[in-house]
Parts: sequence; structure tokens; C-alpha cells
Amino acid sequence: MIIVEHLNLFFGHGQTRNHAVKDVGFIVEKGDSFGLVGESGSGKSTVLNCISGLLTHWTGRMEIDGVGLTHKRNMAFCRKVQMVFQDPYGSLHPRHTIDRTLKEPVKIHRLGDANRRVARVLDEVGLGAKFRFRFPHQLSGGQRQRVAVARALILDPEIILFDEPTSALDVSIQAELLNLLQDIRREKKLTYILVSHDLAVVSHMCNTLMVMNRGKTVETITRDQLKNGAIQEKYTKQLLVAGKGYDRTAIDQFQDFR
Amino acid sequence: MTEKTPLLTVTDLSVVFPSSKGDVCAVNRVSFAMGREKIGIVGESGSGKSVTGRAVLRLLPPYARVRASEVTFKGRNLLTYSEKQMRKIRGMEISMVMQDPKYSLNPVRTVGEQIREAYTIHHKAGKKQARQKTLDMLKAVRIRNPEQVYGLYPHEVSGGMGQRIMIAMMLIPEPSLLIADEPTSALDVTVQLQVLAILDDLVSERGMGLIFISHDLALVSSFCDRVIIMYGGQIMEVVDAGDLHKSEHPYTKGLLSCLPKIDGTQDHLPTLVRDDAWLKPVSERANGAAAS
Repeated sequence: MIIVEHLNLFFGHGQTRNHAVKDVGFIVEKGDSFGLVGESGSGKSTVLNCISGLLTHWTGRMEIDGVGLTHKRNMAFCRKVQMVFQDPYGSLHPRHTIDRTLKEPVKIHRLGDANRRVARVLDEVGLGAKFRFRFPHQLSGGQRQRVAVARALILDPEIILFDEPTSALDVSIQAELLNLLQDIRREKKLTYILVSHDLAVVSHMCNTLMVMNRGKTVETITRDQLKNGAIQEKYTKQLLVAGKGYDRTAIDQFQDFR
Repeated sequence: MTEKTPLLTVTDLSVVFPSSKGDVCAVNRVSFAMGREKIGIVGESGSGKSVTGRAVLRLLPPYARVRASEVTFKGRNLLTYSEKQMRKIRGMEISMVMQDPKYSLNPVRTVGEQIREAYTIHHKAGKKQARQKTLDMLKAVRIRNPEQVYGLYPHEVSGGMGQRIMIAMMLIPEPSLLIADEPTSALDVTVQLQVLAILDDLVSERGMGLIFISHDLALVSSFCDRVIIMYGGQIMEVVDAGDLHKSEHPYTKGLLSCLPKIDGTQDHLPTLVRDDAWLKPVSERANGAAAS
């Protein structure tokens, strides 16, 4: 179980200080899939970076399986929590083969048996042995993102954090990757936190989702509520309308939420 | 709005990029005709949709081999035009909005100056008049404080505002055809729709034609009158936007069904099965002509 309470984070100093995350809190049950939705600048990725330990100057309380998180994380935390990033082109080392990229976490955590582990995860993400000794530039965007998922899986984590995993991919490739992520989660009983700007992707993947705007929580709703349209907040409603495509009359009613 | 006087006719357009591993046929015998309407070109990455748009304006790098039997704009054959004549077409008659305003604007000049330049290149006008025209245009793209925005540099404006500035710049010479290459893909959904609404209103008011290039089939079908669906450099089909959901083509159906839906289930999404039979072979004519 992941508990986040009163999470606050500032960027910058003095006059330009930006309150990027304002008192955000949520609970994710073990084995569940939780979505964070919002537009750019809403703080959704920042929350994820706080959980993963990439940002260390947050205040508040975070807890995973009853253990409070400190600003500095240990090796055990990294084995438990892994992350997949947005840009499949930027997140793999261009001069390391897939094999070397995947073996690095095994080496760092001194798990041993690297060859068998690499073969296993490549199989799990549907890439197979023929991709093992290729370089990232020899793979397509969808295949690279699969490698990024494989790198997260190789340590057998319990929680995976996804930061816009499919926004750089074509819709057909997005469908394949989302299917893969669903399968892996069900099979290995993993906990997911998924950040996306796309309400449809989040509702497909997650049972509970939190809508954020300008660093604040707008509301936390279940997937069924979203489906039935049982939404309280105007902001979420607007996001829902906007996701349905171009409608000239609806656009005139759009508001700017501050 | 949709009177069918062909504004632009393209017949058998092929674009070949030479590479060390053999020639790559990015666009293969694409033909379409459009009037003063909103037409969408949809496809995945690598389908040749952007190259098609750029080929019409001859904005491709010199090593690209472009062949066509006809590119006619308002009854004028663009294939015979020299580079100097094309310069009169670009901006004045056909203009193009690119994807990312951050890279398309000059970072060291204010946005006002840049929009004004677009006007003064094509129209004889005094400084004062051009400035007034620019401010009016900024107002037309619903920028609330045009005077202030006029003096801003590109890094000081947001993505949505940057794209509105691009639209203002492209529409100020009053072209009759606008090619928009993924104009809103980098924007948030609500901002995206607001920018599209501005584009829609201006295009309708001025009776212009619009070629809207995008990867987002759902968006294009709700925004455009007709949709061209491209795959592997070829046109798969041309459908009226309203009839898109009735489309029988396996590729169009595949693209539509692989989108996750809010009211759908969490089961597996259908994936797209590609079929080489959809593509007609690269024609001898395109290859032979390109090789000459």
C-alpha cells in the first residue's frame, strides 16, 4: 500500500518561487492501478518524481507498505519501486546494447544470473532473443519502450511508476503496449501508478484516478464514476468533454481554472 | 463553404528519398483534389502525411526527388514555377503552420515584428499601418492584450499562445490555402480545442481551404469535412468525416478500434494487423522517372 499525505513541493526561490505540488494526498492499495491525470504544469509528473526519489526537497509524508519514505532512498527501495519514462528515445543509453542496458541494474543490485534474467524479461515484454544485442537506434519507438519496461521488470519490483508511457507512440503501438502492461500487472500482481494527460488511457488502465490542476488535487474518482459521468468538479467535466473531440459550441463554454 | 471548385489538385505525387540502403518511397502516387473546405490527412508516423504537405509547397530538402503529373493551384500549374515564383506563392497564397512554435519562431526577435514582417513582405504598407494590421490579427486569434504581446519574445509566451501567434502570422498575408502540420499536437487538450476553434472560425470567415495534417483520427473526424487516410506513403481511402465510423477499410477500422475509450472495458484493446496487400507496388513510373 502506498500512502501519500500532505505532499508539498516548491521550485525556485523568492519572487519566482513556484508551488508545484500543493498538499496532495492519496492512497493506492496493493495490487491496484492508480492514475494521475492533468494538463501540463499540473504537477502530476512531479508527484511521481517525489515518490521515486528523483526529487528530494519535498515536505509531507509518504509511506510504502508501512515504511515511511525518507528523502534518501536505499537499494531495497529501488528493487521494490521502478520507473518507466515518457521518452523512449531519451531513456536508453545510445551506445549500450539492449543486453548491457538490461544487465546494469542486475550488476548494481548484485543479483547474479544476469544472462538468464535478461532472456526472461525480453521474453516477458514480447521482444525475444533477436533484439538482445541490438542498439537502441536499431529499434522502433514501441520496441524501445518495451526495453524500458523490461529494464524495470528485471529487478522483480512490486511497484512500477509510469510517466506518460505511451504519449510518444502511435495509437496502434499504444494499444499493444497498454495490453502488455495490463497482462504483466495481472500476472505478477504489481502495483502501478500511471501518469497521463489522456483520460481515456488512464480510465482503460486504472480503477481509481486523481485529477490534478495547477498543483492541486481536483478530485479523486473511480473508473465507474467517470464512465457514468457522476463527476462533481467542473474541471473534470471539461476535461471529459475536451477528450471527446472537436465540438464548436462546447469550446465556447470552456473556462480557465485557476 | 464546400462548393467544389478545385482549389488544389494533386495527381500522382511521389516523393523518393535516396539513401545508402536504396531509395525510400515516402509518398507513392498520391492524388487528391480539394475546394475551399477542411480536409484532414491522417496517418501514423512514417505514413508520408507531412511529406505530402511539404511537397505541395516545395519545402523538401533538395535531395528529395518529387514527381507528379499535376499540382494545380487555382488553375495555375505549380510544377512549372521557378523557385522565385514559388516564393510569391508561399505565404501569400498557400501558407503552413508547423507543429512546434518554439522552433518555428525566431528567438531573438519579438513576435510582433515577425508577424509584421509576414505582412510587409507580401503587401506594400507603411510601418504604422502594418503594425495596426498585426494588432488586429492578434486580436482575431483571441489574444486579449495584443499591445503587450506584440513586444514579447517567443520564449515569453506559452505553447498555446505561441501557436496562436503562428496562426496569426500565417493568416496575415490572407492566403487562400492553409496547410497545418500537426498544429496542436504539443498542446493540452482544452487549449488544443480552443486553438482549433480559432482556426476554424478564421478559415470559415475568409473562405479558405485548410489541409489539416494529424495523427489523431478522432480529432480530425470531428473537425474536418473530409478525411484522407494514409498508410505507407499511399492513400488508403478518402471518406467524409461523418461517415468515418462506417468505413469498411481494415486499416481505418483498425485505427479507430485500437483507441482506448472511457466507456469501454479494461480488456485487451484490439491491435492493428497490417497487411501488405493494402499497398500497391511502387510504380515503375515513379521509380523510372525518379531515376532519370
